[in-house]
Amino acid sequence: MIRYIMQRAALALAVALVVSFATFMLLNIATDPAYAIAGEDATPDVIEQIRQNYGFDRPVMVRYFEWLGGVAHGDFGESYYWNKPVGELVVERAPVTLTLALSALAVTIVIAIPLGALAALYPNSWIDRFALTFAVSAQAMPNFWLGLILIIFFGVMFPILPISGDSTWKHYVLPAFVLGASSVPAVMRLTRTGLIEVMGSDYIRTARSKGYRGYALLQRHAMRNALLPVVSVLAVQLGQKFGGSVITESIFAINGLGRLALQSILGSDIPTVQMLIFIFAMIFVAMNLLADLLNAALDPRIRI
Amino acid sequence: MTTEANATVILEDTQAPAPRELLLRRALAHKGLLTGGTIVVLLILVAIFAPLLAPHDPFAQSLAHRLQPPVWEEGGNWIYPFGTDQVGRDYLSRLIYGTRVSLTIGFGAATIGMFIGVTLGISAGYFGGWVDHGVSFILTAQLALPGLLLAMALVFIIGPSVWVVIGIIGVLHWTYYLVVTRSATQRLKSQDFVAAASAMGASRWQILRTEILPNVTSQIIVIFTFELGISILAESSLSFLGVGIQPPTPSWGLMIAEGKQALFYRPSLVILPGIALFLLVIGANLLGDGLRDVTAPEGRN
Repeated sequence: MIRYIMQRAALALAVALVVSFATFMLLNIATDPAYAIAGEDATPDVIEQIRQNYGFDRPVMVRYFEWLGGVAHGDFGESYYWNKPVGELVVERAPVTLTLALSALAVTIVIAIPLGALAALYPNSWIDRFALTFAVSAQAMPNFWLGLILIIFFGVMFPILPISGDSTWKHYVLPAFVLGASSVPAVMRLTRTGLIEVMGSDYIRTARSKGYRGYALLQRHAMRNALLPVVSVLAVQLGQKFGGSVITESIFAINGLGRLALQSILGSDIPTVQMLIFIFAMIFVAMNLLADLLNAALDPRIRI
Repeated sequence: MTTEANATVILEDTQAPAPRELLLRRALAHKGLLTGGTIVVLLILVAIFAPLLAPHDPFAQSLAHRLQPPVWEEGGNWIYPFGTDQVGRDYLSRLIYGTRVSLTIGFGAATIGMFIGVTLGISAGYFGGWVDHGVSFILTAQLALPGLLLAMALVFIIGPSVWVVIGIIGVLHWTYYLVVTRSATQRLKSQDFVAAASAMGASRWQILRTEILPNVTSQIIVIFTFELGISILAESSLSFLGVGIQPPTPSWGLMIAEGKQALFYRPSLVILPGIALFLLVIGANLLGDGLRDVTAPEGRN
């Protein structure tokens, strides 16, 4: 087990390094950050001055290792656009996005798992067909459009929920639903296929012959094994929620990391954008690692 | 005599139909495939014949006819069946021309992703060993990247144009091709006909091209169809956020962003392009689901 954990952790670290290197290179070679800081109508002299002041005249490799060294020491760099340390910005905005991501995950679980389980227990019934239609439709719906439709609905017709801002828990209901809905099809399908497979297995037949029926059978025997892959997909989906927060937060005017990312891109603020891409990637890597370890803990066959 | 005659009749009846015919028969019996295929083909026709179908010039502004309601709302008229936007452009014409943008980007990006993913997937599956390890590592790294955010940043930095959007979405959407072609190639590699080809002196390149690739084509087409929908949604998200297709080009995502300013006053400006997107993407997804069922019935779930 320890060897397995070490292997997974080493892989995660390698991915972190490659991802940070790739994004740094992409963002710093594709553009000259001095132009972005100087603004559109700056003279070449001014741009040259900025280039020297910020150290952009040095090789990009040197700057990457400086940046990496800074990150290792907790120094996330300085934002050009917001004029404060990137670390401070992230700490200010992270709690909002974390709340949103976790509530979205809760929405996914509450909708997807019962729906998937019902569809699996009654294959080809109306509930199964409904679940499938729901999944196909949800997959084809642009996330931001769903958000706007809800805003029209709750903003004009049923003004019971706030449609913009992040000051109370009520403000999170619609965004969490929109962000959570995007993961429902994947999780629902997986629950359904997993459970159908498990229900056809020998040990369930044994349990049935021992007299287990209905809920007891599902809860004590089938669900545990069927949910094994679902747990790891949920961890991965949580990792993706942070990336997805860009759209949801900008529609509902929530001041989290996603909106910070959009504002920083539009403000050509490379250090903040770079850091946010890195943080989102790291959250994803961490969630993947967690999923692997959870699976190994739940299923001894993986640990070999 | 009679028994013999009967026997031949039965024999003729049970004779297995040709694979191609069987495929066609299965396809015509698949409702989802027919629905999806019809939607996609119709929208491709709309894109091709946009100049003939659009009642107005999609770029022509008319300040006298700003924010006209669609025909089913009070005050609407048949001159502008879907109404007009904030600068008085005919919304139906813009929606029709928007099909071109979505389909161009969808097909372009899905093709770029296909070249990257299939190349990596077949190499990893066929060569195995360190090639496979290397490709798996690239895959893990790619999956970790927040795709939308990276695409937004790159499009903004490089400068938004249709070609940049196609290139960046394509370069970021190849993992699905890789995963499927890799495992398919691994399975095919150990088949007898591949061993036979190699015994006959075929080079690695020949085996990949003439033995492996034709046998993964149907799977590649299925993924291409799904990626078409995914790329179209990705473009609409980018354009909606202002870092994709730029005005005045009629992109559905951009139209939703523009219509957002009149969200409560004229919701049809937001609803209509969303329905168009939904139709096209669900068409592509149904077509993909159907093609998968028809070409590999055992993989159905």
